[in-house]
Amino acid sequence: MADRKDDRWVKTPIAQQPVEARIKNFNEVALGYSDDDMKREAARCLKCKNPKCEEGCPVNVPIREFIEHLQNDDVEAAVHSILSTNSLPAICGRVCPQEEQCELVCVLSKRGDPVGIGRLERYVADYGIENNIGMETVGESKSHKVAVVGSGPAGLTAAGDLARMGYQVTVFEALHVPGGVLMYGIPEFRLPKDLVQREIANLEAMGVEIRPNVVVGATLTIDDLFEEGYAAVFVGSGAGLPKFVGIPGENLLGVYSANEFLTRINLMKAYQFPECDTPVKIGRSVAVIGAGNTAMDSARTALRSGAEEVHIVYRRSDQEMTARIEEYEHAIAEGIQFHWLTNPIEFLGDEDGWLRGMRCVQMELGEPDASGRARPVPIEGSEFEMDVDTVVLALGTNPNPLVPRYTPGLETESWGGIITEEETGHTKREGVFAGGDVVTGAATVILAMGAGKQAATAIDEYIQKKYGSK
Amino acid sequence: MYRIINKRDLTDITKLFEVDAPLVARRAQAGHFVMVRVAECGERIPITIADYDREAGTVTIVVQEAGKTSAWINALEEGDEFVDFVGPLGQVAPMADSGHVVLLGGGFGVAPIHPVARDLKEKGVEVTSIIGARSEDLLIFEDEMARVSDRVLVATDDGSKGTHGFVTDVLDAMIEDGESIDEVIAIGPMPMMEATAKVTRPHGITTWVSMDPIMVDGTGMCGVCRLTVGGEMKFGCVDGPFFDGHQVDFEEAHKRVKMYESEERIAYERYQNNEKVCQRGGGCDG
Repeated sequence: MADRKDDRWVKTPIAQQPVEARIKNFNEVALGYSDDDMKREAARCLKCKNPKCEEGCPVNVPIREFIEHLQNDDVEAAVHSILSTNSLPAICGRVCPQEEQCELVCVLSKRGDPVGIGRLERYVADYGIENNIGMETVGESKSHKVAVVGSGPAGLTAAGDLARMGYQVTVFEALHVPGGVLMYGIPEFRLPKDLVQREIANLEAMGVEIRPNVVVGATLTIDDLFEEGYAAVFVGSGAGLPKFVGIPGENLLGVYSANEFLTRINLMKAYQFPECDTPVKIGRSVAVIGAGNTAMDSARTALRSGAEEVHIVYRRSDQEMTARIEEYEHAIAEGIQFHWLTNPIEFLGDEDGWLRGMRCVQMELGEPDASGRARPVPIEGSEFEMDVDTVVLALGTNPNPLVPRYTPGLETESWGGIITEEETGHTKREGVFAGGDVVTGAATVILAMGAGKQAATAIDEYIQKKYGSK
Repeated sequence: MYRIINKRDLTDITKLFEVDAPLVARRAQAGHFVMVRVAECGERIPITIADYDREAGTVTIVVQEAGKTSAWINALEEGDEFVDFVGPLGQVAPMADSGHVVLLGGGFGVAPIHPVARDLKEKGVEVTSIIGARSEDLLIFEDEMARVSDRVLVATDDGSKGTHGFVTDVLDAMIEDGESIDEVIAIGPMPMMEATAKVTRPHGITTWVSMDPIMVDGTGMCGVCRLTVGGEMKFGCVDGPFFDGHQVDFEEAHKRVKMYESEERIAYERYQNNEKVCQRGGGCDG
């Protein structure tokens, strides 16, 4: 790859907060493209006749079309172009793994860097928000009501698409603000919460009703929703159930699930304690267990919350790490220390129950396991102690069990995922559709959005078939 | 928003609130709890419901001042609103079908034991309620409990009313007297529930305790409320709040609720000094 900045094979870099500054604040790290950056990057697109990038997008963004508008300096048209298929572009432009999707198949990547599609999407989405350009309904207003359970990426996307088709959509959210993982999970420095709320406000402007503080499965059941006259229900309640490791000392004070740690800080704003009431306790030396995006988020959050040193401890090697390369690089730049092939076997506590250290064992890679990745095997006699006083377990999450537990006829896999028809998201219960992490287990924002989109189409077909087209 | 329809002073530090929350009231049952937040910058705290009225669409909670959030709630008046009032959450209280059930309520824990007594009584179960407090002026719901129990026994730590001692002393005496007891349910401070389990264990009497661990979301998402029960990890919010008192690892549970003791003190002092107290609906930056 060439290294000259003006080279046509090189992606226009995105401005970032300098490391020294950003590790002391929660402001966004990537600052976005300037107008000139945008123009330079848009000009790199070859406008392929058969744009491969669009096939790589789970929500079918008309990528070639929106970039062409940018080349013609018509940003507003580009906004409408993206909004025609994607209700949450400011979010996607920031957290999608473009390198595995649209940008992976960009023809330019055969010789150099792909077009910075994600960065351009972010530019366009932010322009849309600043200039109050919202989505427009295209379908005729329909009398049927659709309920959406969960206001994370899957639910919001399904809601947006259904509202665009003209349905009356109500989104039920268990927490006090909508957004799901976009609010409680992904940190402010990667996805500003104000932007999430602005994109949700766009959905509301289209007629989507959001009802926070309703726990479906507890406050209302799916059966109640049908009784209230909803013609169909989409369940996008996510993978909210944290996994624990099952080793001694897991309940010591100072051992958090990533969900708890991030929820306290992102949703409840514990970094503002005591101005805000929810506290969080972060010690001098923090170990995050796991190496996915949530682990990177937890590590970088701990650093910004005052930890002197932050370690990522992973039982496999860097090759098996599931985090995006961009997040990994940010973490490295910020001084997070990585310990590959290292597995905790015991958390050590003092007499008051506080974590004071962690016993680990070195691992080596053996034969591939069920996931296709090399199985980590402990090396005998390699145990050692790490001096840490806070541990965050970022080991993944399982589907939230509340909805399936209280919905007769909804079948689940042994690990909790709701069973659906692949093409439509239709569950075993008539009129109930599901998608996102509650079906697949923890995955990405964009895959959940893709599932929400697919289900919205299927719900439209289902309602039309059952009730006619009004 | 969830409006306070009625407020009643039960003691100087214990207040009763009847809150307009029709959806919560519709499905509420004895043993359920709600997650409550006072204002935008407030924390989410679990409160076990003391009563519900499905027709009026209201849910009753009883709050005793112990820190910032409870003091703040108790300063609310009729017409004020909670920003969040979510539920009903958790599992319903264990309900025997027959026999003799002894209920123990300690402090403001008497309030949530009240609907348990009422439901048991309605099912025809013989109910003995042992209620207690530090002193007579902190004792609540004596008349209410009398209406839904076959017998009410009172204990106070200082002897100002009823037996001089703990509710568990009364229970112990009942057992010593050879009374036949099929099941015990205790709601109150953790030491009182632990003591209850200790009294009943040698006699093999089934004993349910209502655990009150720290919670954040209250829906099974964060795991801060995890407890060890019978050697297994359980979540207080979705598996509880009621657990077999003989199986609960109280030693661990005691330590876990103290996680934020120092922060709780800071927040309470700031509140009492009127220092930068969050305003309803306002941000916390200023």
